[in-house]
Amino acid sequence: MCTYTTVKDSVDGSAKGPNGSWFHVTDVTVYFDHPVHAMAEHTLNIDFADPSKGPSARVALELTEESGRRLIAAIQEALAAVPAELAV
Amino acid sequence: MSDSLTAETIRITGHGGDEMEAYLARPHGQEQRGGVVVIHHMPGYDRGTKEIVRRFAELGYDAICPNLYFREAPGAAPDDAAAVGRANGGVPDARLIGDVAATAAHLRALPTSNGKVGVIGYCSGGRQSVLAACNLDLDAAVDCYGAFVTGTVPAEFPLRITNLVDQLPRLRAPLLGLFGAEDKYPTPEQVAELGQILTANGKDFEFHSYEGAGHAFFSTDRPAYNVAAANDGWERITAFYADHLGA
Repeated sequence: MCTYTTVKDSVDGSAKGPNGSWFHVTDVTVYFDHPVHAMAEHTLNIDFADPSKGPSARVALELTEESGRRLIAAIQEALAAVPAELAV
Repeated sequence: MSDSLTAETIRITGHGGDEMEAYLARPHGQEQRGGVVVIHHMPGYDRGTKEIVRRFAELGYDAICPNLYFREAPGAAPDDAAAVGRANGGVPDARLIGDVAATAAHLRALPTSNGKVGVIGYCSGGRQSVLAACNLDLDAAVDCYGAFVTGTVPAEFPLRITNLVDQLPRLRAPLLGLFGAEDKYPTPEQVAELGQILTANGKDFEFHSYEGAGHAFFSTDRPAYNVAAANDGWERITAFYADHLGA
């Protein structure tokens, strides 16, 4: 399907991208639509990118819906375990 | 007819005078022939789309696909370019119309052109094929499972699209529509609504909806590929273009 659904937000962190190089990421785009590579008709797609470095400065994830929900749960569990004094 | 062809990447002047990349495939030989503008799907100007362009050349047409994301991401990998295009809000309709106009003009200027040009688009390109045929002088249009030709675009969508209901009375080319009965974008109900609008406006159209097929059934490298639907669809396209783009 072609949902067109797209959610954008800003992020501050790093990702390991093309050629094994780390780079600073500033933008995240999330959408549920066609994957390029995953063997599913549609997936939760997440792009971490730094648009100022060009189109290839991107780390892409394509996850099944179930995987996406498990990722959310895992992130929430990890963040919930952060001691207050370490949170920034 | 020979099955020999030549395919190459060229630069053309698109909407607004912008330079853009396009993939052009032409049959060998000097006989007069029609042209086909291929509009790529939302995942971009990729290998699968270029295979489609070459197939139209093999069928005897001068065929061209403009890279709709070239402005945002010149030289980028197709998937990266598609990601940038999406993050930037998609391809504006006015720009799409201008780019299709430029590619159609390029085909008509070829020494082998018989003056007739058709358009075909897949996925988001299906909607754009109808959009082009409502606004440009084209001789035939094919919509392969384009969403939001009819139907309501959710208000929260950041992509700059609307449905085409208000433009359909201006459709000025015969339309072939190929859809999957299991598709949700567009739904069979939205396809039926499109048919009703075209009938009410006295338009020339032909729709086929394939049972068991979902969205993107022409995509040979995707799980959605449906052999029966794709094979029949190619036959329908071949016959439709033979009727409308022939000498």
